[in-house]
Amino acid sequence: MTGSVPSDRIGVGARALDLLMPMHLRVDSDLSVLHAGPTMLRIRPASRLIGRALSEIFEIRRPRSFNPSLFSESLGQKVHLSFRDPPQTSLKGVIVGLPDGGGIVNVSFGIGVVDAVRDYGLTSADFAATDLTIEMLYLVEAKSAAMEQSRDLNQRLQIAKSTAERQAQTDALTGAWNRRALEMELARVIETRTPFTLMRLDLDFFKNVNDTVGHAAGDHVLQVVTRILGDETRSGDIVARVGGDEFVLVLHGLVDAARADRIARRIIERVAEPIDFDGTLCQVGSSIGSTMSVLYDRPDLDRMQRDADAALYRSKHCGRGRHTSATILSGFSSGPASTHAPAA
Amino acid sequence: MHGLTNKAIESFVRDTYGVDVWLEVARRARLDEPSFEAMLSYEDFVTRRVLDAATDCLDKPLDAFLEDLGTYLVSHPTTEALRRLLRFGGETFAEFLDSLDDLPGRARLAVPDLDLPSLELIDEGDEGAWHLHCRYPQAGYGHVLVGILRALADDYGALVIMDVVEHVEGRETLSIVLHDPAFAEGRRFELAARAS
Repeated sequence: MTGSVPSDRIGVGARALDLLMPMHLRVDSDLSVLHAGPTMLRIRPASRLIGRALSEIFEIRRPRSFNPSLFSESLGQKVHLSFRDPPQTSLKGVIVGLPDGGGIVNVSFGIGVVDAVRDYGLTSADFAATDLTIEMLYLVEAKSAAMEQSRDLNQRLQIAKSTAERQAQTDALTGAWNRRALEMELARVIETRTPFTLMRLDLDFFKNVNDTVGHAAGDHVLQVVTRILGDETRSGDIVARVGGDEFVLVLHGLVDAARADRIARRIIERVAEPIDFDGTLCQVGSSIGSTMSVLYDRPDLDRMQRDADAALYRSKHCGRGRHTSATILSGFSSGPASTHAPAA
Repeated sequence: MHGLTNKAIESFVRDTYGVDVWLEVARRARLDEPSFEAMLSYEDFVTRRVLDAATDCLDKPLDAFLEDLGTYLVSHPTTEALRRLLRFGGETFAEFLDSLDDLPGRARLAVPDLDLPSLELIDEGDEGAWHLHCRYPQAGYGHVLVGILRALADDYGALVIMDVVEHVEGRETLSIVLHDPAFAEGRRFELAARAS
């Protein structure tokens, strides 16, 4: 039985242990440190290690009850340690017993390795040849670089997406909302029961400008009118262009018929001012019909749009350049909000 | 072709010759957008067109262009991350050469769909002399590699002579001779990255 079976007890020199396990500590039976591996000596001076008790150097986090007499040569005991003095680096490893009653504690940095390498300025020579720390550091950096590229790409895609969405919602000529966006917004305010005033505005004599001064002048007029509508409403309100010279306004939270009337009159007044196009003055007017969600027990979009249209038709029929509220239409004659007094 | 390759060519031309030259290259290569996304993939013909347009624009032979590209990848501040990743390969230039066999595997760890040429380092018997076989999916990698290795030798402070010595279909071979591993100071490399 001799010769062919490897002995289960071998003699290993301290130098060999230093190479194999550069972060090990050899302790005596009282758990005082007799020897420290070279990397251990890189992170703490010998004076802070040699001759000192393990529990003086480290807080022993695992196991909670630490009974050295139970150290076994063959089983070992997993340990979690952290230095008592700063930097309080955490270490994980194993302690095994030696025949003389002492033991060997071999540790590594575990998941805190990135911080440890920075804190102690370690180099690849400080790690065992089998240690994957360098590969791990490489991987951390490589993945961070790749992630950064992906994040940049995501940001650019996000910007492109919101630009595309905004373009899909606006009228290219005037920047006003388009019909699709308006319908989505109206569905939203109806659903959330947000009170609002709905105004329909048609330009008067617009065709005249197109025919006599030209389409470029017509386009310019539409841009100026859109700007006026934006100026005369609040920033959260909606200005939509839904046809050639037809606009719709959604005035959020507006439930006061007298105020709605003042806003409409002011718009009509400003639109009626001559608009300069390359030295030619273009003259258009506007007619407005409006209705308010508070006029209805259950605001219904089709009904409100019909009523705003009917009020607009009344404005045009009565000589243009005026505002008509749906309150004067038949069907509203006896309603509580049919006058210009504040509703609600 | 992986976007990283195209982006590397773009960054090299932008940083070295200016944005106007790059826009001219992009125009001649008939690119839809004058900018590549590093994390997207492109058809191989796009890369060929860009290389043709760039060598045309700059009136430079392709081999020299690719070698300068390799040097740029290691030495320019824009690509500092790549220099660091390469320096993880070893403590010395010779150790780094030994790690080259692993390079495509290392690259795939970071970017799984990046297809780099397979590399094989052959010891020449003499101390400090090697042949490096580079088997590529696309011709020209050997010259990029020469640029990268020259710049890295400087980075390590080593004096190295190298060149492409053989070119057969699907393989380029480099001869590398290390004259002095500590010829100059070199640049520092710390394992822990500085917070940028």
